[in-house]
Amino acid sequence: MADLETFRSETRAWLDANCPAEMRQPVRDEEDVYWGGRRAKFKSAAQKSWFEACVAKGYTVPAWPKAYGGAGLDPAQAKVLREEMSRINARPPLSSFGIWMLGPALLKFGTEEQKVHFLGEIARGEIRWCQGYSEPGSGSDLVSMQTFGEDKGDHWVVNGQKIWTSYADEADWIFCLVRTDKANKYQGITFMLFDMETPGVTTKPILLISGNSPFCETFFDDVKVPKDQFVGEINRGWDVAKYLLGHEREMISGAGGGDRTSAIGSAMLRHTGELDPILRAELAMFDVDALAYGAMGEKFLDEIKVGKAHPAQPNMMKYAGTELNKRRHELFMSAGGSRALEWDSEETGGGKTPRGWLRTKANSIEGGTSEVMLNVISKRILELPGD
Amino acid sequence: MALYHNDDQAMLADSASQFLADEGAINTQLRHWRDTGCKDGFGHELWKQFGEMGFTGILVAEDDGGLGMGHVEAGIVLEEIGRNLTPSPFLTSSVLAATALGQGNKDLRGRYLPGLLTGDSVFAVAIDEGAKHRPERIATKAERSGNGFKLSGKKDFVIHGASADMIIVAARTSGADADRDGITLFAVPKDASGLSQDAVRLVDSSIATHLVLDGVVLDGDAVIGEIDGGRDVLDRMLNAGRIGAAAEGVGVARGAMDMTVNYLKQRKQFGKLIGEFQGLQHRAAHLYSELEISRAAVIKAQQLLDAGAESAELMVSVAKAKVGRTANLAVREGVQMHGGIGMTDEYDIGLYMKRDRALAEFLGDANYHTERVAQLSGY
Repeated sequence: MADLETFRSETRAWLDANCPAEMRQPVRDEEDVYWGGRRAKFKSAAQKSWFEACVAKGYTVPAWPKAYGGAGLDPAQAKVLREEMSRINARPPLSSFGIWMLGPALLKFGTEEQKVHFLGEIARGEIRWCQGYSEPGSGSDLVSMQTFGEDKGDHWVVNGQKIWTSYADEADWIFCLVRTDKANKYQGITFMLFDMETPGVTTKPILLISGNSPFCETFFDDVKVPKDQFVGEINRGWDVAKYLLGHEREMISGAGGGDRTSAIGSAMLRHTGELDPILRAELAMFDVDALAYGAMGEKFLDEIKVGKAHPAQPNMMKYAGTELNKRRHELFMSAGGSRALEWDSEETGGGKTPRGWLRTKANSIEGGTSEVMLNVISKRILELPGD
Repeated sequence: MALYHNDDQAMLADSASQFLADEGAINTQLRHWRDTGCKDGFGHELWKQFGEMGFTGILVAEDDGGLGMGHVEAGIVLEEIGRNLTPSPFLTSSVLAATALGQGNKDLRGRYLPGLLTGDSVFAVAIDEGAKHRPERIATKAERSGNGFKLSGKKDFVIHGASADMIIVAARTSGADADRDGITLFAVPKDASGLSQDAVRLVDSSIATHLVLDGVVLDGDAVIGEIDGGRDVLDRMLNAGRIGAAAEGVGVARGAMDMTVNYLKQRKQFGKLIGEFQGLQHRAAHLYSELEISRAAVIKAQQLLDAGAESAELMVSVAKAKVGRTANLAVREGVQMHGGIGMTDEYDIGLYMKRDRALAEFLGDANYHTERVAQLSGY
């Protein structure tokens, strides 16, 4: 306990010295987020210095071992760092699918060589990753995917198409599910890693209802992938994929955020000047649910750390968290009235409210739909019968 | 502090769970007292066993002979009471009254707490005036009279009032009905002259009273806390009782959900277990999710109260409102998913529905506490 308090005061001093004032402002838009990668540019000197300080200290991935670019913090220390960063509103120095998704999978399934190489690159923000999972014919039924890698001895030749690949057009490498055995549904998929600059890879952004294009279609046309670029075992990529989906669900559920636990009703009142009684009641009911969910997020993280959470609990968090977020944005729209309909006016920051509202509709689809989450809860937690 | 039970609390949960499953079961307690037309609606023998287990004194300070524990621990016992639908004066005596008495002077504590600890005494609280919980307005008057006070007014929904050795009454010693100040709490003995009660059996088979104070004369030593400054004691008592009721509500919801999920695994129709139907699976999974979130809100509020945090009051209302809606969902889904058998008196699921209804109303329903969340959040 005393050690932890020492760690807290050291962390506080380090943050004071290294986190510039500009990096203590809330993230306003995509430009404020630093994703790293070969083509990354810093938006400002402050963003650069904050990022570099964190890389040097291992704080882009504080809980990863030092050998892989982390700071080797134990769970209690990591919580202290989170608390201290949140106390000063410090922005994350680096956002990346490498940190959130590929990293945890490599830590569990990767070879030592892969860990040193890929995790180090991720921690230093050198490579930006994207995820190749869904296909046009394989959404919720992901395991039916068809993208195929033909065995050519020392390499595979991959052909097929992925969809909803987040930021594929800006990514350097992809972690990708590829079928390597057509006769075996679950045990015929390999979790491959390859460079997006490999000949035969093309991406095409998809225009969404929000007017933005965070997702792409990704095409593979005779893409050569060396036979040593896979995680886990050949034909056993589904195990890796399932493990990783757990992390994705935690991330989407916002369990780690903790920044969405204050009542929105008061903010809406300040914003609009008055609330009509039925809207006020809806806001209050929402706030009850949101504050309760905030407690659930805290409990979930506490329990996960000591292995008390049910292994399928992330599915519950994902289901409840995303449904709640959609409700939140419906209320933003109701409270905003006709102002919230404006699509590109300067006063509305280019239609932030309606675009954000539309974006949230994907929350309960991406990373496993709400309906799939409910299936998983009923089978794995409630142990209801059925296949 | 981590939002789960520590080792001591987990041990308490094990023993409370075992004890109430053995001694507080629906057939031997709730149905027994209901079907024999017991005027108390609960068993005194079981209440004495609560005393032997030490449960009666969970919230009583160690200096007063209690265990000096907190709301997390009281909630552990209440959740098991809820799960077994055990009729018990625990919430009114060991949570509400004990919290108020803890704010009283040494004489008052010495007069009432020993009987509570052994399970010989039962206490009730008289707060509501009217069919809804509105403690912001208190019209019952307490006028100065000699060395003491003379109380006049009417109170409703006094759970266990007919069985209580002492009833804590919130009355107005000054100011207007809706004033925050000017409230005083009194410990009114059951045999006080001018006190009359009309006992009514509620939907869940518990017994409540309509209470009339017709010039009840009390000595000054019946005052709990400060004269005119009773609002703080009342608020503290209400916070304790509300989070206690919420914890019991989690137990009720859990009992109903467990029963229902088990039924889905046994009942066959169309040649299949009905639990195979996705239409029911998704509803059960949604209920599970709501219940998990409700539990989290309850333990968060309990810990905040135990830590004396300022934000505890908000979280208590969040928890009471959330549990209110969740437990209601649990019992409605429970009866519906049981089908016809769920409508029979012989089957227990309907008892959960009845208990939930009474418990949800006690100390403010989900709407009341949702409104409070809005007010406490500044809108």
